[in-house]
Amino acid sequence: MSDFEPKIVVFLCNWCSYAGADLAGVSRYQYPTNIRAVRVMCSTRISAHIVLELFKEGADGVMVSGCHIGDCHYINGNLFTKRRVKLADDLLKLTGVEPERLRLEWVSAAEGEKYSQVITSFVKKVKELGPSPVLKDPKLVTRLGAAVMAAKYFRSKTLTCKEVKLTAKGNVYEEVIGPKEYDLMIERAIEDEYQKSLILTLSSQEARSVIELAKEIGQPTDRILEYVVALRAKNMLALDRIEGTTPRYRATIGGA
Amino acid sequence: MSDEEKRIGVFICHCGSNIAGFIDVPAVTEYVKTLPDVVFATRNLYTCADDGLTSIKESIKEHKLNRVVVAACTPRTHAPLFQGTCQEAGLNKYLFTFVNIRDQCSWVHMKEKEKATEKAKDLLRMGVARARLLQAQDEVKVGVTSAAVVIGGGVAGMSAALSIADQGFPVRLVEKESELGGFVRNLSSVYQEREDAGALLKTIIDRVRSNPNIEVLLNSEVISADGFVGNYDIIIDTKGQERNDKVGVIVLATGTREYIPKGLYGYGQSPNIVTLTEFEKLVKERKLPKLSSVAFIQCVGSRGQDKSYCSRICCNVSLKNAMNLAENYKNMRGLEGTGAVVEAAAPKETPSEGGERRHGRRGRRGGAEESEEGGASEGPKLEIVIFNRDIMAYGVDHELMYNKAREKKVRLVRYTPKNIPKVSVDSGKLVIDYWHDTLQMQRRMTPDLIVLATPVTSQADAKEISMMLKVPLGQDGFFLEAHVKLRPVDFATDGIYVCGTCKGPADIPEAVSQGIAAASRASIPLARGFVQPEALSAFVDSEVCSGCGNCIEVCPFTAIRKNEHGKAEVTIAACKGCGNCGATCPENAIFMNNYSDEQLLAEAKAALQEAKG
Repeated sequence: MSDFEPKIVVFLCNWCSYAGADLAGVSRYQYPTNIRAVRVMCSTRISAHIVLELFKEGADGVMVSGCHIGDCHYINGNLFTKRRVKLADDLLKLTGVEPERLRLEWVSAAEGEKYSQVITSFVKKVKELGPSPVLKDPKLVTRLGAAVMAAKYFRSKTLTCKEVKLTAKGNVYEEVIGPKEYDLMIERAIEDEYQKSLILTLSSQEARSVIELAKEIGQPTDRILEYVVALRAKNMLALDRIEGTTPRYRATIGGA
Repeated sequence: MSDEEKRIGVFICHCGSNIAGFIDVPAVTEYVKTLPDVVFATRNLYTCADDGLTSIKESIKEHKLNRVVVAACTPRTHAPLFQGTCQEAGLNKYLFTFVNIRDQCSWVHMKEKEKATEKAKDLLRMGVARARLLQAQDEVKVGVTSAAVVIGGGVAGMSAALSIADQGFPVRLVEKESELGGFVRNLSSVYQEREDAGALLKTIIDRVRSNPNIEVLLNSEVISADGFVGNYDIIIDTKGQERNDKVGVIVLATGTREYIPKGLYGYGQSPNIVTLTEFEKLVKERKLPKLSSVAFIQCVGSRGQDKSYCSRICCNVSLKNAMNLAENYKNMRGLEGTGAVVEAAAPKETPSEGGERRHGRRGRRGGAEESEEGGASEGPKLEIVIFNRDIMAYGVDHELMYNKAREKKVRLVRYTPKNIPKVSVDSGKLVIDYWHDTLQMQRRMTPDLIVLATPVTSQADAKEISMMLKVPLGQDGFFLEAHVKLRPVDFATDGIYVCGTCKGPADIPEAVSQGIAAASRASIPLARGFVQPEALSAFVDSEVCSGCGNCIEVCPFTAIRKNEHGKAEVTIAACKGCGNCGATCPENAIFMNNYSDEQLLAEAKAALQEAKG
C-alpha cells in the first residue's frame, strides 16, 4: 500500500505543541504531509467524543498533543487530556477499530525535532495499518456512533473529571483510589455505557429483540437483557410490539 | 448562530519565496475561490506588509467581508497584527482566523511541492470551515483595585515593590521571615568587587523602609488568594493574625534555598565539609578556620547528579570566593587567629600509591591546572583548587574574573561525571582522591576545607503557593513563566507575575532586573485602571446546566462558581478559555467561545474531505 496517503487530524495545544510544531518549521525539520493540525487552547479541550466522531467520519488517524505533564499552561489540563484520550482509546477498542490509529503525545515548545519525529513515526504506523476501514463498513459506523454517545454520557464525563481528585486527594471518605483501580473502574463503566449506547443505536434503526441485539453486539443474551431492563427503566427504550412470543424494543431517544 | 450571510475573504501570503517557493500559491488561491461563502480570495507577496494590510482593509469594505482568513506564517506571531487590521476596518477581531501554511506546511515539506500544495488546500478548507462558524465577541472592561502585593522580601521582591511604589501604587511587601533580605542575607560579599553583601542589602532595605507607599509585613504569609486580574481578595497571616485585603496584582518573589548535599562528597561527616552558602556564612561571621589548602567541588547535586539543571551562578560564586581567598585571606581570617595564618606552601598534593614521578614535567605542560608551582617567592600561600566539570563563567566580567583567578594560581581541575572526586574523612583529616584527566593519573590532596557548590532549589512551600495562586511549577520545582522568551516575568494567569530565584537560579543583578521587569508588567493593569480580557471564555447555558459541579471541579482558575440558582456561572475576567469545563460538562451546557465542539468538528472534518476543485 505504498501510494496510500492517510489523512491524519492532529490537535495541538496552543502553548506547547503548536509552538513545537512551529519550531519544527523554523528549524526546517521535514516530515510527511499527511497531517492536518487543529489548534486548541489546551489539549484538555478535546473530549473523547470529538476524537471518536472523526474516526466515524473516516479519519485514518487522530493525534492529540499537549504540554508535558507538569508544564501545562493551564496547570493540570493535560492530566485530564490523558484520561480523555484513554477513554477514546477504550471505546475504540470496543468498536474494533485499531487503537493504534489514536495517539497521545507530549511535545513542548522547545521540541521541534521531537514533533517531526513523532509525526513521522505516526504517519508510518498509520500507513502500515492502511486506510481506515470505517467508511466501508456500516457496522463500524454504527459502533462508532454508539461510542460517541457513550463518551458523552454523564457517567463517562464525570468519571473523567473526578480522576485527578479521587486518585490524589481521595473521596469524601478520604479513600484514595489507585490509578490502576481507577483505570479498571472506568473501563467497566465505559463498557456498560457503550453496550447500552449500541442497543439504543441499533434499536433506533428498527425494533429489535434481545436475541437479535445479542447476536449483533456479540454479547450473551442475559447481559443484553440486563441492559434492556435498565434502559426501559429509564424510559430510553420501549416495547414496540410482541411478535409471537418475542418482544421487540425500540429506542425512544434518537441513536447516533 | 445568526442567519446573516457569510462573506469570507481569504488572503494568502507568499512570504516572499518562503511559502510560494514550496507551495503553488496561485493554485491554492483559485481553489479557495470555490469554497462555500468565500466571496473574495487573493494572494500577496507579504500580507503583513503595508500594502497587504491595506488590501485587507480595502477588501473588507469593497466586498463587505464579514469573515477574514489569512493564510501565512503562524498565528503565534502575526494573528494580533491581522486582528488589529480587521478592527481598523470595522470588523470584530474575533471574526478573523489564521491558517498556518508556512511554519507547519511550506517549511516542513520543502521537497514535495505537489503534496504540500494539496495540504495547503486542505488547511484553507479547514480555515474557511472554521471562519464560517466564528462569532463576534465583545471584550468586557473590568475595573482594577489599585494596589499590589509582593510575596517575598528578597532582592527581587524588594526591587519589584520599590518600582511599583515609585509609580505611585500602594504595595504590601509580605515576608515570611522576621527581616527583609532573603537569600542574600547569607552572603558575605558579592562579586565582582567584593562589595559587602550586608551593605548592599542595607541600601535596598533602607529605600524600602523609607518609601511611604510600601507597607512591610514581616513574619507574614499570603494564605489565600481569590479572584482574577485587577481584583484579588487575599488573606495575609501575620503570626496567626489574619487580615483581609484587596489588591489588583500579585508579584511572586519567594526566592530559593540551597540544596543540601546529603550523602554526597562526605557532607555531614566533618565540620570542614561545607556548602558554598555555609562557607559564605563562615566568612561573614569571621569563623573561617585556619587554612593552608581549600578545595571547591562544583556541580554537587546538580546537572544530573540529583537535580537535572545547572544552577549557573555557582561557578561565579566559587570563583569569587577562590579569588577572595587568594587575595584577601588575611583579612578574612577569624579574629582568634594571630600571626602567620598560613602554613608554608609545601605542596600538599602527592601522587597516590603507585603514581609515577611526574612532578618535574608538570610546570611545562601549561594550562591553568598546572600552575600551582609558580609564585613561590611570595612566601606562604594558600592552595586553592576548584574541581569542576567545566567552568561556566558566563558574561564579560566573569570571564575576566576567571582569567584573574588563573593568574592568581587558583587551580582548576576537571573531572567527568563518570569519574568524580572521592572525598573521605580519615580521623578528622579530609582526603580527596581524584583522577587527573590531563595528567592521566590518580592523585590525592588533603585540604583543610572542602566547599561543595550545590544548586539553588525551589522553596519547600513552592507547591503550596502554586496551588493557592493556581500558577504552574516546572519539572524542577521552580515557577514556570508564560513564555521563556516573550513573557519571562508573566504567568499565564493575568495579574500574577514572577521574578527572582523562585523561577530559577539567578544572581543579584538578574534578580533585581527581573524584579523591576515584573513590577513594570504588574503596573500595566494598575496604571490603566481596567482590564479587558480576551473573549475566549466559557459560557454556561443556565437553561441546560444541571448544577452537577463537574466544571467547578476541573477549572484551574476557580473561574466558575454556582450562582444563587445552583447553576454554574463563569467569571469572564478569570477564565482563560482552556476548555476543560467544556470537555467535562455532561449536559453540553458549556459553550467555548470560538472553540465549541461544533466549530472544532467542522474544522477537523473539513480536513477529511477531498480537495477537488
